[in-house]
Amino acid sequence: MASIPQTPAKPQLGGLAGKALGWVDDRFPLSKLYNEHLGEYYAPKNFNFWYYFGSLALLILVMQIVTGIFLTMNYKPDAKFAFASVEYIMRDVSWGWLIRYMHSTGASMFFLVVYLHMMRGLMYGSYRKPRELLWIFGCMIYLALMAEAFFGYLLPWGQMSYWGAQVIINLFGAIPLVGEDLAIWIRGDYNIGDATLNRFFAFHVIAIPMVLLGLVAAHLVALHEVGSNNPDGIDIKKNKDPVNGTPLDGIPFHPYYTVKDLVGVVVFLGAFTSIVFFAPEMGGYFLEGPNFVPADPLVTPAHIAPVWYFTPFYAMLRAVPSMLGSQFPGVAVMGGATLILFTLPWLDRGKVRSVRYRGPIYKGFLTAFVVSFLILGYLGVVPTTVWGQLPKGVPMLGGVDTATLVSRMLTIVYFSFFILMPWYTKIDKEKPEPTRVNY
Amino acid sequence: MSAIVLDEVDPKKRRILIAASAGVGAIAAASVAIPLAVSMKPSARALAAGAAVQVPLGTIEPGQMLTVEFRGAPHWILRRTPEMSAQLAKNDGLLSDPDCKSSKQPSYVKGAGRSIKEEWFVAKGVCTHLGCSPTLRKEIGAADLGADWPGGFFCPCHQSKFDLAGRVFKGMPAPLNLAIPSYTFVTDTLLMIGEDPKGA
Repeated sequence: MASIPQTPAKPQLGGLAGKALGWVDDRFPLSKLYNEHLGEYYAPKNFNFWYYFGSLALLILVMQIVTGIFLTMNYKPDAKFAFASVEYIMRDVSWGWLIRYMHSTGASMFFLVVYLHMMRGLMYGSYRKPRELLWIFGCMIYLALMAEAFFGYLLPWGQMSYWGAQVIINLFGAIPLVGEDLAIWIRGDYNIGDATLNRFFAFHVIAIPMVLLGLVAAHLVALHEVGSNNPDGIDIKKNKDPVNGTPLDGIPFHPYYTVKDLVGVVVFLGAFTSIVFFAPEMGGYFLEGPNFVPADPLVTPAHIAPVWYFTPFYAMLRAVPSMLGSQFPGVAVMGGATLILFTLPWLDRGKVRSVRYRGPIYKGFLTAFVVSFLILGYLGVVPTTVWGQLPKGVPMLGGVDTATLVSRMLTIVYFSFFILMPWYTKIDKEKPEPTRVNY
Repeated sequence: MSAIVLDEVDPKKRRILIAASAGVGAIAAASVAIPLAVSMKPSARALAAGAAVQVPLGTIEPGQMLTVEFRGAPHWILRRTPEMSAQLAKNDGLLSDPDCKSSKQPSYVKGAGRSIKEEWFVAKGVCTHLGCSPTLRKEIGAADLGADWPGGFFCPCHQSKFDLAGRVFKGMPAPLNLAIPSYTFVTDTLLMIGEDPKGA
């Protein structure tokens, strides 16, 4: 084991700077905040690749807010001018194309990074006691992020903006009894129009970002209260240095992880700028083709698919048939698929946290869950007829779209991961956890 | 000098006072929230824009469809040929609600054709699944829709299929037949969408 100093010498400020710091510290807990969250925040020393995505998400959040501010300087939230103002940003505003592509690419990368961040939490049991609230704040951030992306997607006022919003708002219309009035209330008109665009702009640039920032702050406060989990899923606070009381397997976040995260930032920005400069539309996955045509309420594009980060849930929506004259079941399944994440801390009854010490049953379920999520994501992008129909001779299912049938089965797999979890985590054969972390 | 110096707290009284002031505060906050929420309803201008529209029918050929905007949604006026009308009755077995028991349509719209006049089919061109606008696919046995396709409407969003009277086929994501708006013939060649016939 490499020897890592547990308590690096704190930089002592002398002279005028020291006096200034002392003056501030008497009035505002600057040094205290720095020590609690950076200088003396002890994180496990065995963080791996998966631990980059939290700080990367924070980086993207800042980037989205900054580019967003500059986009609003030229964007017009008016159904008559919105589409043209985006074209104006792209063509006439100096560097406008860069700011917009950073914002649009940032949206997709935000979801990519957040999905990987959530995957990390799943694998290493980061949602387990005492990190339940940390996980719940994270789930709320994910929901807020979906709302933010949805509101933002209407703003360019292209065909996909318009019809995507049509589909999503009508999800609320499917709610029994109050649905239709609710949809009119959300739109502010009988159809999606200027009123809708204007309010979505307000939600996108003010309401949701404020909620998001509050949730991110809560997420970080909760994290620093309980301390970071790690790939071994063991509690580093159990083994403390008898002399200074710091965790033996912990290292101060600054400088160790600030420097390590910078490496992640460099790699990430390499990928990010490659997309921004060379493939900002990402073959129609980040910016969809029909969105280069202005919104037309009278013509639906030939194939409507949401942006890639929504497609797993969209595939579930499509897979559920209407029942009793209502499409509400599909909407409920889709909503349930996101809300069920919240219950995870109370479903897991395993003794160990990390996948490293889980048994084969958990590993099987986790793999099935991830695979079903990915395939559902693919199926949400393509038409339901992509794999043809089952032959007419098949009993019960003859003539059914193969892709629809597969989506139904994968939806069941997705939900089984959660619903069966109390059972399979209990009977699984787990391995003993180590007392100290491996790295 | 008064002698109210007893340093005693009545916890019961204090709880009631706290609850009462918190309750009044909550009512005040809720009262302010109402105008904010109601401001999101359609404005007077949006309501006025939802008035009835007139459509001249003179130029529509048999088999041709005209799409007009009413309340921002596409509305179709399809002039059905006798062959199209004849096909409708044969579709019954394939439909999920051939008799339109749970469809949204005015009471004066009758029969398998769901119209006032068999020749003129008027419908709201919005899929009852999630609000996309289906496309007219009148060619029988279209390659992408199967050899048994009897002609009708096809929704590109989630592949729901409807016949030429807007009735949904079995096993589709769309739960209901397409909605029929209130409409009336002002004269033989002038249609009004958004208004009921006189006396209806």
